[in-house]
Amino acid sequence: MIDIRHISLPLTDDVVRSLKIGDSVMLSGCMYTARDAAHKRMIEGLDHGRELPFDIQNQTIFYVGPSPAKPGQIIGSAGPTTSYRMDPYTETLLDIGLKGMIGKGLRSQAVIDSIKKNTAVYFAAVGGAAALIAKSIISKELVAYEDLGPEAIYKLEVENFPVIVVIDCLGNCLYD
Amino acid sequence: MRSIDTITIKNTVKLLFIQSSYDIGDTMLGMLGKAKENEDNDTARYVLDQIIENDLIARNDQVPMCQDTGIAVVFLEIGNEVCFTGKPIEDAINQGVREAFEEAYLRKSIVDDPLFLRKNTNDNTPAVIHYEFTRGGNVRVTIAAKGFGSENMSQIRMMKPADGVEGVKSFVIECVRKAGPNPCPPIVVGVGIGGSFEKAAILSKKALTREIGERSEDREYRELEIELLNELNSLGIGPAGLKGKTTCLAVHINHFPTHIAGMPVAVNIGCHAYRHATTKI
Repeated sequence: MIDIRHISLPLTDDVVRSLKIGDSVMLSGCMYTARDAAHKRMIEGLDHGRELPFDIQNQTIFYVGPSPAKPGQIIGSAGPTTSYRMDPYTETLLDIGLKGMIGKGLRSQAVIDSIKKNTAVYFAAVGGAAALIAKSIISKELVAYEDLGPEAIYKLEVENFPVIVVIDCLGNCLYD
Repeated sequence: MRSIDTITIKNTVKLLFIQSSYDIGDTMLGMLGKAKENEDNDTARYVLDQIIENDLIARNDQVPMCQDTGIAVVFLEIGNEVCFTGKPIEDAINQGVREAFEEAYLRKSIVDDPLFLRKNTNDNTPAVIHYEFTRGGNVRVTIAAKGFGSENMSQIRMMKPADGVEGVKSFVIECVRKAGPNPCPPIVVGVGIGGSFEKAAILSKKALTREIGERSEDREYRELEIELLNELNSLGIGPAGLKGKTTCLAVHINHFPTHIAGMPVAVNIGCHAYRHATTKI
């Protein structure tokens, strides 16, 4: 059997420092959703001197574009999308306080270096386990960019959201 | 001649997309279960457990197994004794896709212009449709709901005849190695060999609509499928790319005659959420 750690969000530097690649973790607390179009809009906003639509300090972003919720569901299926597409925007967000990212797949060396520099962490959720992951999401609140549909930014409250540490704050990468 | 009202095609397309988005099927569940037994790494088993549990939730709750419910790809094989009545066939197919994605709460992931505005069409149309003309009085409808995590990792290469079997093998292996964890392993690999540039790509996509693990009818290609499967699994990428013995569940190769000067090879990668279905009307 696998050892599973239970961690609360938002993350703290102490918690981030204690996480090592390969650790299986259950996350509980709040996180924000954002993927391709939301990242592009956030970074373009920053470039024009506008603030982000949420306080990013110590927060975790989940790269996801959920399917529509059926009547009675909080959220539709919600698995991670492939992370490398967010790489061009990630260093900027880490530099202003982003602590954790949840996605799947490889990251660029620049992102790995920035994770190390900013004492952050990159978790992988199991790609395609979207119906299972949705069960751990207990509330969903629209934050910004509603016009982007599945790519809008939502604040999620989660309980026992399953992830694995893939890049730790020392810059180790489990995929290597 | 046999008359078929295209409303039948619309209803079939709709049903196939809904069913395949919710239900992975017993063959795939069996393969995932076997893969789990075969793994001795705890993380690999943990990941496969999550995938199996996920697929059972999707089936029982009738929800999409993956939030990326894909671009709608439809292959239509039309017998020469069939004549369609009713709405134009393309409209019927797109209406089937529209109704499936709306009524079954599937994610609409299609943007109208690929480069500039990238505005969502909000109904997951248009579908990518491939028409084939065959003999007889039937129509075969085959669909694939293709997620882009794996689609983005696919490649095509115009190889030289001299590259031979070894060349094809190294290309497929290189493609899967480079994709690593990105396409949601364990994957299914569709390979198209021959034809022209675009034909090879279509062959590889069609190969991904085969029932999982169904082998090529040609002995040499069948052997190559098995050899490639073993080599891909020896890469050690593993479930979710977190190491293990199960990187690939099946390799399907489709082939077609080609030009004396070339050997186009396309590698289309499919994720473990292997959503496809076929039926004869």
